[in-house]
Amino acid sequence: MKTPENTLVNVQNLRKYFPLKMGFFKTLLMKESPYVHAVDGVSFNIEKEEIFGLVGESGCGKTTTGRLILRLLEPTEGNVRFGSIDVTAISNEEELRKLRRHMQIIFQDPYESLNPRMSVYDIVSEPLNLQKITQNPDEIRKRVEDILEDLELTPPEEYLYRFPHELSGGQRQRIAIARAFVLRPQFLVADEPVSMLDASIRSEVLQLLLGLVKKHHSSFLYITHDIALARHICNRVGVMYLGKMVEQGPAEDVILKPLHPYTEALIAAVPVPDPTARRGEVIIRGEVPSAVNPPSGCRFHTRCPYAWDLCQKEEPKLIEIQENRLVACHKFKA
Amino acid sequence: MAILDVQNLKMYFETLRGHVQAVDDISFKMNKGDALGLAGESGCGKTSAALTILRLLPWNGSVVGGGVFFDGVNILEMSPEKFRDEFRWKRISVIFQGAMNALHPTMRIGTQISEPIISHEGVTKEEAYNRAARLLDLVGIGASRIDRFPHELSGGMKQRTVTAMALACNPELVVADEPITALDVIVAAQVMRVMAELQKKLNLSMVFISHDLSMLAETCNKIAIMYAGKIVELGDVVAIYKEPLHPYTERLIGAFPSVIGEKKELAAIRGFPPDLLHPPSGCRFHPRCPYAMPLCKSIEPSLIETDNSGHSVACHLVKA
Repeated sequence: MKTPENTLVNVQNLRKYFPLKMGFFKTLLMKESPYVHAVDGVSFNIEKEEIFGLVGESGCGKTTTGRLILRLLEPTEGNVRFGSIDVTAISNEEELRKLRRHMQIIFQDPYESLNPRMSVYDIVSEPLNLQKITQNPDEIRKRVEDILEDLELTPPEEYLYRFPHELSGGQRQRIAIARAFVLRPQFLVADEPVSMLDASIRSEVLQLLLGLVKKHHSSFLYITHDIALARHICNRVGVMYLGKMVEQGPAEDVILKPLHPYTEALIAAVPVPDPTARRGEVIIRGEVPSAVNPPSGCRFHTRCPYAWDLCQKEEPKLIEIQENRLVACHKFKA
Repeated sequence: MAILDVQNLKMYFETLRGHVQAVDDISFKMNKGDALGLAGESGCGKTSAALTILRLLPWNGSVVGGGVFFDGVNILEMSPEKFRDEFRWKRISVIFQGAMNALHPTMRIGTQISEPIISHEGVTKEEAYNRAARLLDLVGIGASRIDRFPHELSGGMKQRTVTAMALACNPELVVADEPITALDVIVAAQVMRVMAELQKKLNLSMVFISHDLSMLAETCNKIAIMYAGKIVELGDVVAIYKEPLHPYTERLIGAFPSVIGEKKELAAIRGFPPDLLHPPSGCRFHPRCPYAMPLCKSIEPSLIETDNSGHSVACHLVKA
């Protein structure tokens, strides 16, 4: 399975530092300007037709990673390969646009990601026009109707000329999904696509989304803070903490037998919809430190119950300790 | 005797397009020390129900029928002044959703916590400040942070500050409206643990309002499931999660993923929650219910008790 031919997206040592905005006098006083280390050396692969989950708390850099892969943000360092193409090396707009036909994104908030002045038809057909897939109006209409039908917005005629404000949250998110899938992309990034939706609607939207991923044989990067949901959706997951990947492996293994103390704590903190179940104690205290001055050594050492002096000095590398299971912790030796 | 007894409560919002039946004939009882989870999706009326109990309704919301009996007294019938002087903060208090916005940004947290103590109990500033310090210790922030401003605190600490504020005048009943929605998982777990400990320690009665059934499963001993302004199922937490009787409850619980046990397929409920301006006839869930019968369209099921433990359900499929 793990062959280079099977890899669709390859992320190597990706970094993104955002400069911190400061007042004029502060900039004079500081020797070097401070940066937010949003993503700090992240590497992973996404195989063909694989659903990879990026999990972590807010501020861990999962959203930034997703945007860097699509080059919606310029990386500070590192590179991203999509098939045989080096995404980070593309310098002209036109080529980037061609590439985006194959890589699409679904945003978190369907109340903000849809233009309120555009009708459903305009929203969903826009990518087709931008990518100049076809000039034939009948064909465009056919493709828009088909994708709406796939998302069970039926009959499509009833939705085509509505505006976002006439739709419910669940319907809006389906439009956002339709807009991404109308190009039949090979790779899709979804940033918390259902976190704004109610539980009863969430599962249906997810099922439709996963149905489309399967139908088009797409690879899928699913970004979420909800590790319980990631378990249900993803083949593999990567857990991020303060800009670093701390653990990676098959979803079921990572969630049932976490290796990294942070993953363990994260899973212990997730409430379980069963009043008779006893979950583990939350073993860590405090909150995530600032990404401007991240802790030395292992970034988790300030909150880790197992930390010893080595953790403060030396940063652990992400190593494979079992087949397909990677972890960055001094507790484990390769 | 029940500390809180809500009887046939109806609260409608008046809008230009008509009456929104936000809370429509709900009844439930709470005993001292109970933690009741009021669960449901957005727009089901759970927050409206809480605002009615707290007498904090916006201008266009009005109680159309029923009563809220707190310790035997109907608090909806007394004058606003009497409610303010004798009940608010002192006996019933509230923890609002989104602690970030509930705190005054330019006041030190100690001052903010002392404010209700001074105005409700007429104590001196120093005494109120000392009590605020004790409260901050109680919620695990530490009295040393009493002179901090809200922006100096993290999200979890702000939420705990708001919790401390709700406890300022030793209330008997605390209503928490989505207390942890804005927080990250680990911080949320820490805050929930503090609340659960306080509830036991102070023998508080608490109403938790949330859409998150996983969180309620861990904190409450009683659950009321609301749908479209009605309570559709009510009972002991274990009974609700283990033997749900209403098709909506069953599916809603099934829609929540779990990190333990076997991986199950997530349940989906087709369709969308109804518009409360024109709720569906009969059982309000019938357009989305997989078991709907012709009867469900025409006749509204009433909430009936199924056994002696107080497990009640409003569904035609269940016979008393």
